[in-house]
Amino acid sequence: MIAEIQQAQRVETVKHSHQKSGVAARLQGASKNYENVRALDNVDFDVRTGELIALLGPNGAGKTTTVKLFLGLASPDSGVVSVFGGNPKSPQTRMRSGAMLQVAKVPETMRVREHIDLFRSYYPQPLPTQEIFAIAGLKDIQNRLFGDLSGGQRQRVLFALALCGDPDLIFLDEPTVGMDVEARRALWEQIRKLVARGKTVLLTTHYLEEADALADRIVVINKGKIIAEGTPAEIKKKTSGQMIRCISSLHIETVRAIPGVLEVKSDRESFEIRTAAAEPVLRELLIRDSTLRGVEVTNAGLEEAFLALTAENHKNL
Amino acid sequence: MATTAINTPNSAAIYWKEAKYEFLRSLRLRAYTFSVIGFPVMFYILFGLLINRGENLGSVNVSTYLLATYGTFGIMGASLFGTAGALAAERGLGWLQVKRASPMPPLAYFAAKIIKGVIFSIVVVLCLLALGIVFGNAHISFMTAVRLLLTLAAGSLPFCAMGLAIGYFAGPNSAPAVINMIYLPISFCSGLWIPFMFLPKFLQTIAHFLPSYHISQIALGVVGAGRNEPNWIHWVALCAFTALCVGVALYGERRDEGKLYG
Repeated sequence: MIAEIQQAQRVETVKHSHQKSGVAARLQGASKNYENVRALDNVDFDVRTGELIALLGPNGAGKTTTVKLFLGLASPDSGVVSVFGGNPKSPQTRMRSGAMLQVAKVPETMRVREHIDLFRSYYPQPLPTQEIFAIAGLKDIQNRLFGDLSGGQRQRVLFALALCGDPDLIFLDEPTVGMDVEARRALWEQIRKLVARGKTVLLTTHYLEEADALADRIVVINKGKIIAEGTPAEIKKKTSGQMIRCISSLHIETVRAIPGVLEVKSDRESFEIRTAAAEPVLRELLIRDSTLRGVEVTNAGLEEAFLALTAENHKNL
Repeated sequence: MATTAINTPNSAAIYWKEAKYEFLRSLRLRAYTFSVIGFPVMFYILFGLLINRGENLGSVNVSTYLLATYGTFGIMGASLFGTAGALAAERGLGWLQVKRASPMPPLAYFAAKIIKGVIFSIVVVLCLLALGIVFGNAHISFMTAVRLLLTLAAGSLPFCAMGLAIGYFAGPNSAPAVINMIYLPISFCSGLWIPFMFLPKFLQTIAHFLPSYHISQIALGVVGAGRNEPNWIHWVALCAFTALCVGVALYGERRDEGKLYG
């Protein structure tokens, strides 16, 4: 039994890597302006068949714009967008893709199963209703009105809508926004299963953790430009770093001189020290200041990571 | 065409489900159901039944006359709020984008809104007819009642078109206010609240440019209280108005294409 499963998994992996050679969707030199804002600036990138690609960036980076171009909800001002080698606006393309978008308000006086029933009718070969319920965890809430659902349940319904057509390519725009940790992890599990079934997934997120947990490849985007691209390990390496917060009577210049310190900010006695690795710096700090207190070490957040990446980007230019 | 037919979903089924769920969704929305059915019914009970002292308006009695005018008022509300309110909210708050990203035929979405507007219009008119015939002294034959119903059902279409045009330009929260700012004044100027003959001369002149005047005159003609204007003028005016609104809505749709919301 176990051997069988392993065999199946091996077959799955082979199929998986084979499919990665194709391109499911492509942006070529795509730019998009909204009034005075340059949402996307000459962006090139491919979504490869069978991969889970995460588009990582802060709010306003151009993630949603990219998704909208792929879905044919917006047209680029210049450049080319193609999905399955064709026009993203054609019904044929749309029948093969699914989307979970950020929606401020979904019709609230429709039941969950009614929403699903309606969306299934749009597709030639929809996923069976029970399967959709099972994947998105809607079985127990199928008769509830959308307006009576919690934030996490609403997200699950939107996720289910993206799956109704049993699409080959799935766009998930910030799918876990408003979800608690447990719900988020449950959704991650379902997203992984989609990829295991050979689906191609493009996910946008502003959580490095989420991109790291799910993606085969991460594309980091900021201010409409791609600033880094690679496997999660490669991206994390570029964005690694730790932040030490402490209260110390040391002079700021003394702290700055400690080897390994990248950046220091101080407000009277409280310090914020950015470093590649916290331990050696901490050791030095403790030796030099026996009254050191309130020590707190955190991994660099995404904000710091973006600063690091953008700084690197400037250096390369 | 024949080869793709196999892989195309059944569009009749899409249109049916889209309309069915649009209707159900609105039916459950008390703010919509109560106001679009409640207001004309309340006005008719008040002015057509309770304060009615049996006098005549032109050649017919008050209960009969007001069936046509409050009927017109009713279909306008059902159509305008049913289309403009829903469209403005759904396009302004992202839901329309989710639907447009799917292979849903865009026409199914608009058809559903219009069908719903027409069905609610029919319900409003049926309520008024029942009240007028059972509790009032509206003396109309069965055939006249059917003609009035069909006339007003057809007359709801220009207002559905107008609603779609408004829905493309009003914000999600301001749409109801915008509708009221148009709906209430044009109802008044067309003689739907105060009978047309009692309106000042300049309002009577303005009325000729309003769709609500034209449909109410056709409806009054059906119950035998029309002014001596040929019906074809009213229908031409309504068709022209509908075409104008469809044009504005299409312009709004194209304008939306290049715009980001949400």
